[in-house]
Amino acid sequence: MGLRRRSPLGKIYADGEIIVQQDELGDCMYVVQSGEVEVLAEANGSEVMLAVLGAGDFFGEMAIFERQERSATVRARSDARVLTVDKKTLLRRIQEDPLLAVHILEAMSHRIRELNGELTRLKTPRGKD
Amino acid sequence: MRRVKGTDLARRLAPVEGGESTGLELQDGARIAVIGGGPAGSFFSYFLLKMAASVDLAIDVDIYEPRQFTHCGPAGCNHCGGIVSETLVQIMATEGIILPPNVVRRGIDSYVVHMDVGNVRIGSPRHEERIAALFRGNGPRDAETGDWYSFDRYLLEMASKRGARVVRKLASGIGWRDGLPQVRLPDGEMLGYDLLGLAVGVNSNFLELLDGSPLETSRPKTVRTFICEFEADADSIRRILGRSMHVFLLDLPRLEFAALIPKGNYVTLCVLGENIDDDLVHSFLDSPPVRSLRAGGTPRVCNCSPLINVRGARRPYADRLVLIGDCGVTRLYKDGIGAAYRTAKAAAETAIFHGIGADDFRRFYSPTCRAIDADNSIGRLIFGMTNLFKKRRFSRLAILRMTSKEQQKKDGERRMSGILWNLFTGSAPYREILAQALHPAFIGRFLWSLASGVGRSRASEA
Repeated sequence: MGLRRRSPLGKIYADGEIIVQQDELGDCMYVVQSGEVEVLAEANGSEVMLAVLGAGDFFGEMAIFERQERSATVRARSDARVLTVDKKTLLRRIQEDPLLAVHILEAMSHRIRELNGELTRLKTPRGKD
Repeated sequence: MRRVKGTDLARRLAPVEGGESTGLELQDGARIAVIGGGPAGSFFSYFLLKMAASVDLAIDVDIYEPRQFTHCGPAGCNHCGGIVSETLVQIMATEGIILPPNVVRRGIDSYVVHMDVGNVRIGSPRHEERIAALFRGNGPRDAETGDWYSFDRYLLEMASKRGARVVRKLASGIGWRDGLPQVRLPDGEMLGYDLLGLAVGVNSNFLELLDGSPLETSRPKTVRTFICEFEADADSIRRILGRSMHVFLLDLPRLEFAALIPKGNYVTLCVLGENIDDDLVHSFLDSPPVRSLRAGGTPRVCNCSPLINVRGARRPYADRLVLIGDCGVTRLYKDGIGAAYRTAKAAAETAIFHGIGADDFRRFYSPTCRAIDADNSIGRLIFGMTNLFKKRRFSRLAILRMTSKEQQKKDGERRMSGILWNLFTGSAPYREILAQALHPAFIGRFLWSLASGVGRSRASEA
């Protein structure tokens, strides 16, 4: 209730509410303002949780840089407040100020590093753990 | 104080177009003074330290700001309407700067345009609260602020967490010694720096600080505004104003634009125009659209008449000196905090990656200032056209009719709504608003609405 009463920025998503649906086209990214969201990949009829994101984290950024369907579903865990960042607004500002993309690149780089670690663990034969 | 010269590090920091440095560059241990701890000074300090860290450059930043932003009323205020635009909210979030709930007094999701012929609500394109209504200081005089937080204090602390040292002293002057800037303190002490950032706004006598400096600038052109706060219970404000900012297009002599902004149990009134005096403010408060919102009878708890910059300073830089925010260049009437962010970041980028000579600022900082200035010229044209339209009843009717129709539709182009949204929120550059207004489809529909407006206007006069 506190989040609603103070009417802060963005939009409140209730627990379990879908924010982004996998395979849909997107024209924006999102920044979590408060609460948590979970990132889920759906394959062969089952869901795999890829990450849990909190305040300050963003998601949906791939839709900004490539015209592809969303690669995962994102839904709220408990009440989450999420702000939309328009593709047009962001790309226009990045054109004026390329350093604006650095924060996004840092986060994407961090995610690639985590994925590399995950891939390494998966490809390492069990006996060698 | 040592003279800063080009180094290997400097060559690393100047890799881009136009490349060669003027020789004045920051190196490890460089000291930077920032006079003024409002948004421009805080953003400048924050980005300087962030960018310096990204290239392993060790610098010291001192922000001279005597105010703590913890006092209510004028003593802790920077005299501003207190709106962070939709665009800046998004950009700050992308930078990782999240405005906490105790800074944002109300998220705004719509605008209501009031005219004598009626009013119309224009919703945010995303149906989301993406405009922040807040107090630059710690709220109006005698406010009970509870756990509310000043926006300027939040940004200052953000810069401080990055490593800036906040000096709670008034800088009483600046001087130059051996080509290096110095900050004079009230006790006469002079402190030397490698770079000086001036972020003092237009309501201080900053040009006096520049006496004896090599800066060949002109004072920005300013006009006086009127800002006041009304107090009422939060439920009444929510019921009457909702989550909307209320703007007024009224045919009152000398009135350019006015807005009511809900902020919890306060409402901020901003009036822009020529020679604003009590008569104009009373005429505005007595006008039927304002009376219908019952603002006139609500007690005023705080008011001020600050200056705003309407034409930027010429050449807001010199060797080792840069003017940021309102005292340099800002956007016309709108999004002053957004302009502070843009100029602060461009100045920081220039200082860290290119150099701190006048030529560096001319090549890498001035384009940002010139772009804002050029856009303001288009803004003046647009506000001129808006003034023409608001003087004629049939054109006011046409604007109302076209916008109302668009807002009733679930889908389709909302051309008039988009223009008004961008004009009032400051979300888009004025050149984009002009392009929207020159679109043949918009012109066709607006002419059709104008023709209808003439018919209705004549019918009502008959």
